[in-house]
This record gives sequence, structure tokens and C-alpha cells, in this order.
Amino acid sequence: MRNFLIWAVVAVALIILPNLVSFSQQEVLVFLTINILVVASYRLLTLTGEWSLGHVVIMGVGAYASALVTKELGLWVPLGILVGGASAAFIAFLLSYPLFRMKGFYFLIGSFAAGEIIRLMWKRFRDPFGGAKGIKGIDPMPDFSIGIYQFDFFEPVSYFYFSAVVVALCLWILWRIEKSPVGLTFHAVHWQDKLAQASGVNLRSYRTLAFVIASGFAGIAGALLAHYIGTINPNSFDVEVMVFVLTWAIVGGTGTFYGPILGCIVLTILNEIVLRELGLEQTRPLIYGLILILSILFMPNGLESIVQKFTRRKEAK
Amino acid sequence: MFELLAQTGLNAAYAASYISLVAVGLVLIFGVMGVINFAHGELFMAGSYVVVALYADRMVPFFVAVVAGLIFVGILGLIMERALFRPLRDNPLGGLVASIGFLLILQALAVLGFGVRMEYVPPLTQDVIVFADKISIPVARLYVIIAAVVMLSALWYFLKRTRFGWALRASAQDPEAAALQGISVTQTAMIAMFIGAGFAGLAGALTAPLVSVNPHMGHTIIVTAFIVIIVGGVGSLEGAVVASVVYAFVHTFVTTFYDGVLADITGLSLMLIVLIVKPTGLFGSADRA
Repeated sequence: MRNFLIWAVVAVALIILPNLVSFSQQEVLVFLTINILVVASYRLLTLTGEWSLGHVVIMGVGAYASALVTKELGLWVPLGILVGGASAAFIAFLLSYPLFRMKGFYFLIGSFAAGEIIRLMWKRFRDPFGGAKGIKGIDPMPDFSIGIYQFDFFEPVSYFYFSAVVVALCLWILWRIEKSPVGLTFHAVHWQDKLAQASGVNLRSYRTLAFVIASGFAGIAGALLAHYIGTINPNSFDVEVMVFVLTWAIVGGTGTFYGPILGCIVLTILNEIVLRELGLEQTRPLIYGLILILSILFMPNGLESIVQKFTRRKEAK
Repeated sequence: MFELLAQTGLNAAYAASYISLVAVGLVLIFGVMGVINFAHGELFMAGSYVVVALYADRMVPFFVAVVAGLIFVGILGLIMERALFRPLRDNPLGGLVASIGFLLILQALAVLGFGVRMEYVPPLTQDVIVFADKISIPVARLYVIIAAVVMLSALWYFLKRTRFGWALRASAQDPEAAALQGISVTQTAMIAMFIGAGFAGLAGALTAPLVSVNPHMGHTIIVTAFIVIIVGGVGSLEGAVVASVVYAFVHTFVTTFYDGVLADITGLSLMLIVLIVKPTGLFGSADRA
């Protein structure tokens, strides 16, 4: 009952929140919602101990797939988003054959190479990917009404509600996966790989499974992004974006489910709202870099370690 | 046809020179400290901007500016070692993230100091050595090739023939055993960082008049350097040099006969194939990862 109340309060707060902020901040909220899904899906992969540098390109696969099937084949947009997720998962499945011959540092670099190859393909082949200019005029979500609320997708608020529902649903599924026996096996693959193997766990197929699931959700996030901004190009998914995802995960901490999400929220608010309001447009990357260095030096376990300190103290009392 | 091949070969030799300077530095840092320096491309960029600031803006002689670039970026490397990599010695992923932070800072400083525009660096000399009809090399590019050969030979001599060099190779092979022999890990890390960063700065300074200098130029450099160190074998200096030559030839030839993006795809595929078939690279022996 108490949990239900907390979630109800969170839901009401999320419904009210976008009406209190400025238009540009509403847009930030939409991006933030999508990025939360990206970073939460990224964590599922890091559960097995592998760090990928191709996650953002996989997200781009979802964006391109959804944009193409809705634009060229006239598919209904919500179905297109699902197709985006499925394509990203499928590409990840294909990539898993070469990539999971590697581990650790080699996987990191290998995933980067595979991602860059996909990205450069988009750039090279104008048909159907649109070359360096990418795809423009992607179909927006069709407006609809649920009786009490009219969804008008020219308004960021409406898209925020829509993406928040989709992302919440995805997060719930990710959470259930992590708490299921499969999720526990992912932990075992990371921390007790020899023991897991001796107990009959096929390490490689579990790594592949984590990679495919994580990629599927990243693809959904990419599709959500594509139908919001309406235009995508290869540079929307380059390694600089990947660096942001990596820092959200590391600054937040990957020990808990909420760690990376916390990192994403805190750093986005800091970067997009606080620093922007202070008018430090050109020094933003500098301060961001400084925060990154300071947090890795003085908070190696991430923001989640601070949260844990407080919750533990409460329990001790 | 022969002219085209010979000319492309000369262009590739020039590309191989500066790529190998950058890649050797990256390998040296990885070998001694076990950290992947993501900011290496930005160290190259910093070297270029030293030349912009001294040679292009203040009329300092080019070669003085180049030496200043080497020393300045070497000192940047020492700062990175002291402030980032030393406290994070037991946290390799942390070192990588910290170097990403440093990368953002260097880029922002370049934007603040010089703006986002491309810098114009007046050419050092317009002279061109003509070997035959349609086969020629600009003298400015020849300087880069000579400097790379001289510096890499000097590094080879330093590593194989001097006590510091031995100490450095020892701590790259087995840090614990080296420490037990009384080799200071901190000292070798500082030397490796100064040389590694300084080489990147040197490459950036030398090529400043030949490439478009802008705050984001480090990106292509670091991607290239990654390909080269993987193909050559992580931790192998000889491998890095050989792979630089191979990569430069493949890339230059594909660019000349097809196009640049296809050349990038080819380079990355080369790296992926090496990773799949022989992850330790062409010259790598021990598995460090």
C-alpha cells in the first residue's frame, strides 16, 4: 500500500512537472525521458561485465529502422517504434557473433569499430539512409485522444506524457528481467564466471541475451527520439553521444538499477538547465569535464553510493 | 598508372609518419600504465594550437614552435599523470573516464581561446621536390617524415640502450616485478606519459600547416590511433609502427581510388577482422586485457 502511494505521488508529480517549466525545458524533459531508457538498457549489458561503445549506434539502428518503415512503407508510427526495437535487437544478435569472441578491453574497442562501421554505412549509402544529411520529415506520432486528455504531438508536453508511459513500461520490464532468474544469471556471468560455467551456464549465450535485450530497448529509445525531432543523421549517434551515456552510467554508478538513471537525471539537469541558465554556454563542456574528473576521483562508486549511505543510516536508527 | 601508384605511395608515407608518432605514444602510455588515453587526439590538437599561437600569430620560427609544442604537450601529459592516472592506478575504467573528462576540458579551452573556426597556418615552404612527371612531394610533408623517423629511432635507442629505457620496458612487462627490483613505478609512468604525450604534440605541431586545425580535429586522430594499436597488437611498439604503415597505405589507396568514407569503413573492418581472428594483434604476445 505504501509503495502504491509513493508511485501514485511520483505519477502525479510527473504529470504536473512539465506544466511548471519553460518550453525549452519541456523539450529537455522529453530528451531526458528517452535518455533514461538508453542508460537503463545500457546497464543491463554492463550487468554481464561488458562495456560497449556501440550502444548509441544500436539506438540509431532503431531510429533509422522506425523512420524508414513509417516513411517509406507507411507503417503506423507506434508499430514503427516496435519495429525499430526489433531491428536493433536483430542487428545486435548478428553483431554478437563476432563481438562475443572478445572480452573486456577488446570488446570495448570491437563494439566501437562495429558501431562506427554501421554509422559510416548510413553516411556512405544515400539510398535508403539519406547519406550525411540523414532522413528528414519523419512522420510524427498521430494525435489521439483518451477522453480526458487530447494528445497533440506538436506540443512537447504531449510527447513527454507519451514517452514517459512507454519508458516507464520498458523500465518495468527491464526491472523484472533483472530480478528474474535470468537477471541473476547475468550477475553470475560477471562476478562468478568460472562457477557459473561449472554449474552449466553457457556464458556466451547469456552475454548475447543481455546484449540483444539491451539493444532492443535502446532501439525503442532511438525510435522515440526519431519521431519526436523528425530528422536524424549519422552524427546524431556518434561517439560523443556515447561518451555522454557512458558518463551518466559511471557518474551514477552501475551497482544498482537506479544508479545510471540518477546519473542521467542529475547530469542532464546540471548541464542543460543549471549551466545554461547561468549563461555559461561556451564553458559548459569544460565544467562538465571537470565534474566528470572530480566524480571519478572522489566518488568512484557513483552517486548511488551517497544514496545508499543515507538509506543505510536511516535503517540503522 | 605507375605515376599514380608512386604518388599515392608518397602520400601514404607521409600519413604513416604522423600516425605512427601518435600511435606509439598511445601504446607507450597503455603499456606502462594500463590505461587507454582517450584524450590522445586532443593532445595532438593541443600541439597544433601551440603552432597556431606561436608561429601563425606571433611569428616565432616554425621549428621553435614545434619544439615548444612537444614540451608543452609533454607537460600536459605530466599533469594528466599526476592529477588523473596516479590516483586512479587501480581503476582502469576510471582512468578512461577521467581522460574523457580531460578531453572535454582541452576541447573547451581550445574553443574559448581560439573559437570554433578553422585556423589558418601559413605554409612553411611552398617548395616541392619533383621526382618525375606527376610524382612529387611537398617539402613540408618531407619534414614530417624525417622528424618521425628521427624521433622513433631516438625512442628505440632510448628504450633498448639506456637504463631508463630498460626500467620502462620492465614496468610495462611486469609492474610488480619491476617494483621489486627497485624501479620507481611513478617515475617510469611520468617518463612514459611525457614521451607519449610529447609525441602526440609533436605530430600535431608538425602537421599544423598541412591539415585544418580546429578544436574537434582530435576525433579522427584517436579513431585512427585505435585502429592502428589494435591491428599492431596492444602494447607492441614495433607493431604500432608497422600497423601505421599498413593502415596509411590501405587508407590512402582506398581514398584515392574510391572515396574517404569507404576508406574509413575499410580501416575499421580491418581492425574488426584482426580482433576476431587474432585479438592480440599482428605483433602482440601477452594478453593484457
